[in-house]
Amino acid sequence: MSQTPILAVEALSKTLGGKTILENVSFAVRRGEMKVLIGPSGGGKSTLLQCLNFLHVPDAGTVRLDGQAIDPRARKALYAYRQQVGMIFQDYNLFDHLNALDNVALALRKVKGMPRAVAEERARAELARVGLSDKEKLYPAELSGGQKQRVSIARALAMDPKVMLLDEPTAALDPELIGEVLTVIRGLARDGMTMIMATHQMGFVRSMADEILFMQEGRVIEQGTPEMLLDADSGSRTLDFCTHLAEFEAGA
Amino acid sequence: MQQAFEVLIGAIPYLLGGTGLTVAAVVGGMLIGLALGLPMAVAEVYGPAPLRWLVRLYVWFFRGVPILVLLFLFYFGLFQALGWNVDALTAATIVLGMASGAYQSQIFRGSIESLSKGQFRAASALGFTDRQAIVSIVLPQAARLSLPGWSNEYSILLKDSALAFVLGATEIMARTQFVATRTYQHLALSLAACGIYFVLTWAGVRALRMLERRVAVPGFGQQEARA
Ligand SMILES: Nc1ncnc2c1ncn2[C@@H]1O[C@H](COP(=O)(O)OP(=O)(O)O)[C@@H](O)[C@H]1O
Ligand SMILES: [Mg+2]
Repeated sequence: MSQTPILAVEALSKTLGGKTILENVSFAVRRGEMKVLIGPSGGGKSTLLQCLNFLHVPDAGTVRLDGQAIDPRARKALYAYRQQVGMIFQDYNLFDHLNALDNVALALRKVKGMPRAVAEERARAELARVGLSDKEKLYPAELSGGQKQRVSIARALAMDPKVMLLDEPTAALDPELIGEVLTVIRGLARDGMTMIMATHQMGFVRSMADEILFMQEGRVIEQGTPEMLLDADSGSRTLDFCTHLAEFEAGA
Repeated sequence: MQQAFEVLIGAIPYLLGGTGLTVAAVVGGMLIGLALGLPMAVAEVYGPAPLRWLVRLYVWFFRGVPILVLLFLFYFGLFQALGWNVDALTAATIVLGMASGAYQSQIFRGSIESLSKGQFRAASALGFTDRQAIVSIVLPQAARLSLPGWSNEYSILLKDSALAFVLGATEIMARTQFVATRTYQHLALSLAACGIYFVLTWAGVRALRMLERRVAVPGFGQQEARA
């Protein structure tokens, strides 16, 4: 276990449209750790994840990668930082005019400056890693939701990120497609990838999370291992929320 | 009838020469319009406020004034005042291009704004600069979506180009009228002008439609409202 956290978040705050969305959020992520964000819709999970790579610029607070504070005004350093922090979105956000191979290869060429052949070789390796070798010529519109999300994971992995941020990666998927995406994410965890993931897949959380952050109204109101927070008699807000979630899903 | 036919046959090389000039003015105008319209669209969507204002002012002006007035304003007015000696056809090409730039900027802006913001965010998250994201992600998609509008703009510009006649440019309209007044075959020559414009419209729209098919991406542009 390394001493400096790979990613440290200190007193992050964000106001949008006059409303406080994040309030004094702090936590640290160790190398290889899987942190899970849980909480009601509108609690600030997406905003937090987007603040971590400065798609939203926080109003206050510090984000450190390997102990190094990131200054979003230093654009060059910011672009370099973002390459080290992969991001997976709920709605995939694949580049609609490019096939799967080019979706993965484009940033390698444009951002990392790799020659096309090298970039494509790397892109093929990443597509193989997410089980999509035979789909490289297909365009986003020709892929299922699960396949699209796997391409987006391959696209992020190709940049050799130190940390991955995943914002409800299975929330837009039909139930039968959730498994294939979670399997890929489990594989990443096994390979030692550091991840911060917003998800409500409780089975996955119980088995994979090293720590849960329960977020509500822009604050982390509970924090702990799945055992601590999800134990039947923990009396936690997290457990309460998850129980309601399960009931809702059973009723739905 | 016989006579009209002979006049037309005899005038073919002369009219074809005018057709060449019309095509040059229209192609030139479309390209000037592209060179102006694309950066203006990008500036209007992504640029800082003063730049956006400038673009809006430009568009407001060139869309608000008839082409005929613009032609006079620039050719007999501004270009003269600047001591700029350009021939009528070049002047018409420039003016048509500037006006087309205003319309094209709105075609491209509409396409850019119809794209999902998520792809831009995904590019940023991968380390793209805004400029790289615009060039590699936004414009290739916006250009595809703009082709039908661009084709429409071509057919309008082609017809507007007939106005260059009033500056004294010897394009299709000028030449058919010149022959008509000398031979009194007004109907035949006006019909000939109709025919030439019709063929040029048809050929251009068809060529752009082929281009559209060539650069088409499976499923792209058809999935407008996704669930
Ligand atoms: N651009 C914005 N302007 C104003 N409010 C926003 C904006 N984006 C998100 N919000 C608000 O921030 C709150 C947190 O949203 P979000 O981070 O998406 O939460 P979660 O991902 O946990 O559902 C919500 O109340 C949402 O309405
Ligand atoms: Mg969210």
